[in-house]
Amino acid sequence: MRRRPPLTLLLPALAGAAFLLVPLLGVLADAPWGDLAGRLADPGVRQALGLSLRVSFLALLVSLAFGVPLAWLLARVDFPGKAVLRSLVLLPMVLPPTVAGIALLQGLGRRGLLGGVLESLGVTLPFSTAGAVVAAVFVAMPFLVISLEGALAGLDPVFEEAAATMGAGPLRTLWSVTLPMTMPSLAAGAALCWARALGEFGATITFAGNLPGTTQTLPLHVYLLLQRDPAGATAVSLLLVAVAVAVLFALRGRWLGTARPAPRRAAAPGRAPRPRRERAS
Amino acid sequence: MTPSATPATASPAGRAAPARRSRLLLAAAAAAVLALSACGGDSDADENGASGGGEDVTLTVLAAASLTDVFDAAGEVYEEEHPGTTLRFSYGGSQDLVAQIRQGAPADVLATASTETMESLAGQTDAPETFARNALTIVTPPDNPGQVASLADLADPGLRLVLAAEDVPAGHYGREILDRQHLEVSPDSEETDVRSVLSKVQLGEADAGLVYTTDAIAAGEDSVRAVPIPEDQNITAAYPAAALTGSEHHDAAAEFVAWLLSDEAQGLLRDAGFQAP
Repeated sequence: MRRRPPLTLLLPALAGAAFLLVPLLGVLADAPWGDLAGRLADPGVRQALGLSLRVSFLALLVSLAFGVPLAWLLARVDFPGKAVLRSLVLLPMVLPPTVAGIALLQGLGRRGLLGGVLESLGVTLPFSTAGAVVAAVFVAMPFLVISLEGALAGLDPVFEEAAATMGAGPLRTLWSVTLPMTMPSLAAGAALCWARALGEFGATITFAGNLPGTTQTLPLHVYLLLQRDPAGATAVSLLLVAVAVAVLFALRGRWLGTARPAPRRAAAPGRAPRPRRERAS
Repeated sequence: MTPSATPATASPAGRAAPARRSRLLLAAAAAAVLALSACGGDSDADENGASGGGEDVTLTVLAAASLTDVFDAAGEVYEEEHPGTTLRFSYGGSQDLVAQIRQGAPADVLATASTETMESLAGQTDAPETFARNALTIVTPPDNPGQVASLADLADPGLRLVLAAEDVPAGHYGREILDRQHLEVSPDSEETDVRSVLSKVQLGEADAGLVYTTDAIAAGEDSVRAVPIPEDQNITAAYPAAALTGSEHHDAAAEFVAWLLSDEAQGLLRDAGFQAP
């Protein structure tokens, strides 16, 4: 029997959906459709787009290199202070990005905690493309770690144990058993991580600065463009909205709640759906 | 009165709970709406609060980033002398403020660091009044790691130089000063307002930057060293202010702009290092 959703929930839900939709419609309505190709072919936009792609993919590679072991550690190893480490991983997700930028300056800037060490190695991060990558990794890596950790925790250890009994070492097991089995989650985490890196603004402008071709990524460019050429800014915004929609589309199975067999855990008795309480009427 | 109470008590207990729940939800929704309207409605509240004496108004003043300290101080003085008037300041790069007004940001007064940015809003402001002038200076960290002594030193490609972006008045003036000396510089970052240039130097991330003399004074000698630019090589920025024609409190806005030219306001500006208009 289908019940009509109560109005007291339906109305605020619709209002919430409209609230999310209206700004995006505004971008669509305001976009310079006739001149879109020209606006996006603008040398400044192309330079910022190229830099953004470079920075975001490098950030993804670095996040994979450090984030996969981190997720594995959180999911597979018991050690004191694990909750603290997990909070540390989550922190950049809830931290204001500008604060992340200030923290990066105090930690990795020229006068920061590790600034002297880095400088003696000939590395100066602020005002360099490497700095923009570092800012993006700081804010985006948590998305990868959290996504993958959840999948690893949901994976039945029997597969890894079987691989181990067949003589595979821990790295071989991770590479040939664990990662392939968690591939959908890894891909979803990587896509979110990349999208977050592509959109990074506050930490970048605070830590890495703003120089066309070196640290001025597309979000910084669009911010400055709004002051000079609002129609151009809308065109670039449209491009970034399209990228975001494409990422969600690629993730449709995982994040949009369509039917897909949940990991084995869901079948555990404790997780069985609770019988719905019937209303007396 | 007993009969009217009967239906309520007679209704099944199972229905009473959802009814109460939905009332709670309604209350929550109402609270949310109230909270939202409270956020945006303080100016209305101020108007309603007007009683007998003067009308309570809140003026939103968009001001160039270089005015941050002096306007904060001047605002306190002004509020004391004009009971019922509250000033809210929003600081940023002048070009950013102009963009905000073009996008319809509700504001009453605009004060920029260049006549050009002000003129780009022609028609949306009253006739602007120049109320201060300001020169530029080189700033370095206190220990001057780049050994900067003159404008020519800024052309050293190894120097970490930070300028304001070309669209920012301070960035525009800075480039003009360098161009006049035929100096080619390669900045490491183009910041979106002059105070961001200052903070990059204060943090020691940049070896040198070009800011207004007043910014260096506001930062203090402990945090930056000012390397003065000779007068014949320097540029003087004019600071115009104007009430916005779209202001809801236009008279109060115009009064504040006029006050900026008073002896009192001029004294505060002079103390902060600004020059006479």
